[in-house]
Parts: sequence; structure tokens; C-alpha cells
Amino acid sequence: MSMTLDAPRAAAAAETPPPIVEVRGVSKRFEKTLDFAARLLKRAGMPVREEVVHAVDGVDLSVRKGEVVGLVGESGCGKSTLGRMVAGIMPPTEGTILRHGRDLRGLSGSEARLAKLRTQMIFQDPYASLNPRLKVAEIVGEAPLYHGMAKRDGIADYVDEQLRRAGLDPGLKGRYPHQFSGGQRQRIGIARALAVQPDFLVCDEAVAALDVSIQAQILNLFMKLRRELDLTYLFISHDLGVVEHLSDRVVIMYLGRVVEEAPSEEVFARPNHPYTRALLAEVPRIEARKRSFVGVQGEIPSPLNPPGGCHFHPRCPHAMERCRVERPVLREIAAGHRSACHLNDAA
Amino acid sequence: MANGHPTLELRNLRTHFFTRAGVVKAVDDVSFSVGRGKVLGLVGESGSGKSVTGFSIIGLIDPPGRITGGQILYQGQDLARLDEEGMRHLRGNRIAMIFQDPMMTLNPVLRIDTQMIETVLAHEKVSREEARQRARDALGQVGIASPDERLRAYPHQFSGGMRQRVAIAIALLHKPDLIIADEPTTALDVTIQGQILAEAQKLCSQFGTALIWITHDLSVVAGLADDIAVMYAGKVVEQGPVDQVLDAPLHPYTAGLIGSVPSRNHRGAALRQIPGMTPSLLNIDAGCAFRARCPRAEIRCAEPPPMAEYLPGRLARCIHPHEEAVAA
Repeated sequence: MSMTLDAPRAAAAAETPPPIVEVRGVSKRFEKTLDFAARLLKRAGMPVREEVVHAVDGVDLSVRKGEVVGLVGESGCGKSTLGRMVAGIMPPTEGTILRHGRDLRGLSGSEARLAKLRTQMIFQDPYASLNPRLKVAEIVGEAPLYHGMAKRDGIADYVDEQLRRAGLDPGLKGRYPHQFSGGQRQRIGIARALAVQPDFLVCDEAVAALDVSIQAQILNLFMKLRRELDLTYLFISHDLGVVEHLSDRVVIMYLGRVVEEAPSEEVFARPNHPYTRALLAEVPRIEARKRSFVGVQGEIPSPLNPPGGCHFHPRCPHAMERCRVERPVLREIAAGHRSACHLNDAA
Repeated sequence: MANGHPTLELRNLRTHFFTRAGVVKAVDDVSFSVGRGKVLGLVGESGSGKSVTGFSIIGLIDPPGRITGGQILYQGQDLARLDEEGMRHLRGNRIAMIFQDPMMTLNPVLRIDTQMIETVLAHEKVSREEARQRARDALGQVGIASPDERLRAYPHQFSGGMRQRVAIAIALLHKPDLIIADEPTTALDVTIQGQILAEAQKLCSQFGTALIWITHDLSVVAGLADDIAVMYAGKVVEQGPVDQVLDAPLHPYTAGLIGSVPSRNHRGAALRQIPGMTPSLLNIDAGCAFRARCPRAEIRCAEPPPMAEYLPGRLARCIHPHEEAVAA
């Protein structure tokens, strides 16, 4: 595969580790096809059209080896859809996703399977993501056995090791998921993901359903595993506190588009996009006492019918005429800091 | 109306559930008070009894649960001894509750106007037209655009944040003296949560409503509350003014909770986690419920620790609270 890199990017690429995942111009559209009655109406000239949701709309993203990238946004911004596409469990409508520089679609069956195994996903709901009718040993051991990472006679030890690494007592492996608490289930999910020896984990709101003290345990586990196994994470969350704590780089999405991307310290110290600023202002912080909340005006628009131009303009205090018509592009405003806002052109 | 009493005062409230497997002491000896226009943050993890405390106040405990002891003094009047008829006069009128899931408040098959007018007429003799006007004003108050149109909508036509606003508007209809808010923003997005918190603050300052904000999120309480009560396994383990408690917690559990919150002060460092998990409330013994997870636990912790005032206005249920805080 030939890649054209311009000079500065090539220089930058030489110092930084290569991207483990590269997402280029990826979009995902969900369409609701018309039913029979609607098709008839359409043929009769009625103004019926197919409803299309642009869940993800032209997103570029790269995750370098060893990095933790936080993907932040509110409900319906497309962060989970993007995560699923990166994890390879949902095909993009448009664009390419490269893993270790290679497009999965060009690979043969067995090669693609092995490449996919190296990316695993941890889900939000530890109750829904485990098969209730399998014992823990089967949940964790099934995939490595199938993919030949462990032999049938060695699987018991292999599973024990995975469970121990995720902080679970291997003595509990004969139990069913319902016999565990939320935090323990999340550990089972982590053990299952790590059992196939991935180098990249997509965590979709992996701690959102847990109590604070349990959440801290799981976050610490993620950081320990990162050090021990040299893992790379795409950490999807709506919780800015969690993302700030964990991530090296933060990507912020609004209604299917990336609005800002920067190293963690940079984004929390100098947020550029008005949406990011609003979001940061609204996050309750334990350090901020007896403050007065103001609230960003307006609702999150429906992704079925998003506002034109910049999606944020109806809620933006700085919106100008141009924001209503022209989609702002994601441009570099400082080293490693990209933002999609027309205000940056004026300055 | 103010007769020298705080708006609400709980004294040694006990709500137990008598199940076949044993007695669950969901709320066990809880005392606190909230004054006019004040916000109390009632903080705890799942199963700590914070919601059952809320339900007990408003009289929504169903069998096998029962209030087995203590007093719930609403402006000096004990609600625990009030009959159902008397409670009905207060509930939704002087005392209102906002739930985590607004669909618990809203009836999915009735229009918003029907539900709101019904609420007004349940407690006041006014004309339907006047009731509608009140409903309209309440919707406007919580920032719902074009309230006249929205009144004719069904709950499913609203987004989650809007529904929560409608639920709050219903709670506001009678300008209650006390609102119990049970995790009302947990399911909402950050920007919408900010809007709801702004409404709550306005409410307390404008109408002098006392607010009990039940949550697991210390950061929300930090920004909103005047006082904080931290619950663990059915008991309040620490209470006091929010600044002092968060800056210098007395109880090891409070300290652990604060350490568990990811914060900008120690990015990337391991969080100070609390080992283990919350105990089952079934047949729990009388000793300190936290001792199995506590770094400071010792043999004396097997005896019930008393709630003691270590500093003016600051109580903790621990026999050896953090000395740093006491010394400071």
C-alpha cells in the first residue's frame, strides 16, 4: 500500500510510534428503509423519504501504540458507533480503517481473523455482555481455545492466569455471571478480552455502570494492565473526570463529528472549541464548591435532522452567519491540537 | 410557616425490611436536618440506604418494609406517626420527590396537561383553567420553550432531559417546602445536568425550598450542597458542612470515596481505591460495617461505633477518625 506523507508529518512519524489504528474519513449511516405503505405513498408523489441518521460523519482518528485516547461526547454523538467500527464489529459505510497500517478488507480470511483478534472490546453493561448460561471458565476460555491460543489440556491453567490478572480469584471460575457483583463482572469481561492476547482495547463506557469505589478499582486495573501488557486503549466515556485521569490524548465528538482533539493537559488547560469549553464548564468537580451552574442553552439536536453548517451553532454563544452554512474543518491550531471552529479563522 | 423548626429533621430513623431471608436494615439510625433554602447532599453507593431514606420521608415504604423507629419531623410534625390521609395532604403538596427515572413520575398514556392539572386539583380548589395556567407557568419556570404546545404532548415525545424538567415542574406546582431529589441527573448528559442543577439552585434561593439531593456523585454535591451526609450500609457515617467534609474527611470511608474520584490534581496516578465491596445488609452485625474494608480497623471496631461530634458541626461514626482533620 502506498502512502503519501508530506514532509513534516513524515518527520513527526519518525519520532512517534506508528499508529496501531488509523481511521480515515469514516462515516456510518443508519437508514430506515421505507415499508410497503410508505413506498406506495412515495410513488403516489407524497413527500416521503428514507430516514437517515449520520451516526458518524467523516471522522479521522489515529491511535498510536501505547497511547490511551479518550473519546468523549454526550449521548447520540456517535462515540460508541465509532468505537464499534474501530473494534471491527461494525463495518463503516464510508472510509477506511487501517490496523497496523493494513486495511482489513484487503486481507484473506485467516489473516483478517488474526488481525481482528488483536483488537478487543470491553462493554458498558457487565450484566448484558456476559452469557448468563455459561460458567466463567467457559466465558473466558472459549475464544482462546477456538483460536488455538491454548490447548484443551492447558486451558484450565490458562483461564486461571487470565482471571488472576484481572484480579479475580480463579477458585470462582465454576460460577455463573449472576453470582458476581457489577465490578467482578467487569473483571470477567476484561479477562475475556485479554484471553486472546490483544494489543488494543476499545473500552465503551467500561466504568459508567459502577459505583465510585468500584470504578476506582477498575480504573486502577486498566492502568496496571497497560503497564504490564503494553496495551493501547481507546477509552470511550461521557465522564470527563475519568477521561482526564486516564488519557494521554482526548478526542471530543458532537453529533457524529470530531470537534476537537488534543493532548489531555492541553485540552483541559486551553479548550478551544466552544462546545468543549461549555462541556468543561458544566462538569461538576469535587474541587469546585457551592458554584452556580449556568447550563449550556438548548438541547442536543436530533441526529436525524442535525442543524446545517457547524452542528453546534444553535447552542453556540459565538455563532455567526458562516457557522449556519459552512461545515468547519478540523484544523491544527497548535502542535497536536486540532479544532473544528470558524472562530479560529477570524483570529 | 416557619415555627423555629428546621424544614425537616430526621431523628434516629430506622427502616427495616422483613424478608424471608432475614431482616434487612436498609436505614438504621439515621439523623439529619435540612433548613429552609438549604441543600443537603445525601451521598452513598448502591445499597447504602440513601434512596430508602428518601422513600421513608415521603411515606412510600411498602411491605415487607416498615419504619421501625425514630421520628421524621416535618416542621415539627412527626410524619412517621401520620396516617395515610394526613400524608396524602402533604405528599406532592408540601413535600415532593423527583426520581432518577422521570417515567416513574409521568404516566406514559396521559398527556402532560392532564397529569399536571390533576396534580394541582388534588390539593387545591381552583378552576381547571387556573390549574392549566399554573401548569403552564411551572413548565416555563424550568425552561421549557413554548409551554402551551408542550402541555399537549405525551411523555414519549420529550427527550430524557425534557422529561426530567417536566417531572421537576410537577414537583414545583405547589411550591413545596421540601423536595427530595433521588439521583435526578444520573441518567442525563453533562450539559443537560448543568441545566437541571441550575434550576435546582434557583428553586432554593427563590422559594426557600429545602432540598435533599440524593446522589452517588460527590462532584455534584460539591458544587450544589451546603451540607453533606455520607451513608454506608444503612447508617450515616459522616456529616457536616460540604467544604469541611470534602477537604478534611473524618471517616475512612469518606476519605476513600473522595480518593476514588478521578480528579485533575493527580492525573494518571493510581486512584486511592477502597478494597473489597459493600457488605450485604442482610443480618449485618452491630459493629462498624466498614471495618472489613478499612485500613484503620482494629479489634474495637467490632463494637458499634457511636456517632460523635469531633469538631463543631461535624459528626462521624468512627472510633479513630483521621487525626489530621481533627487536629486542623
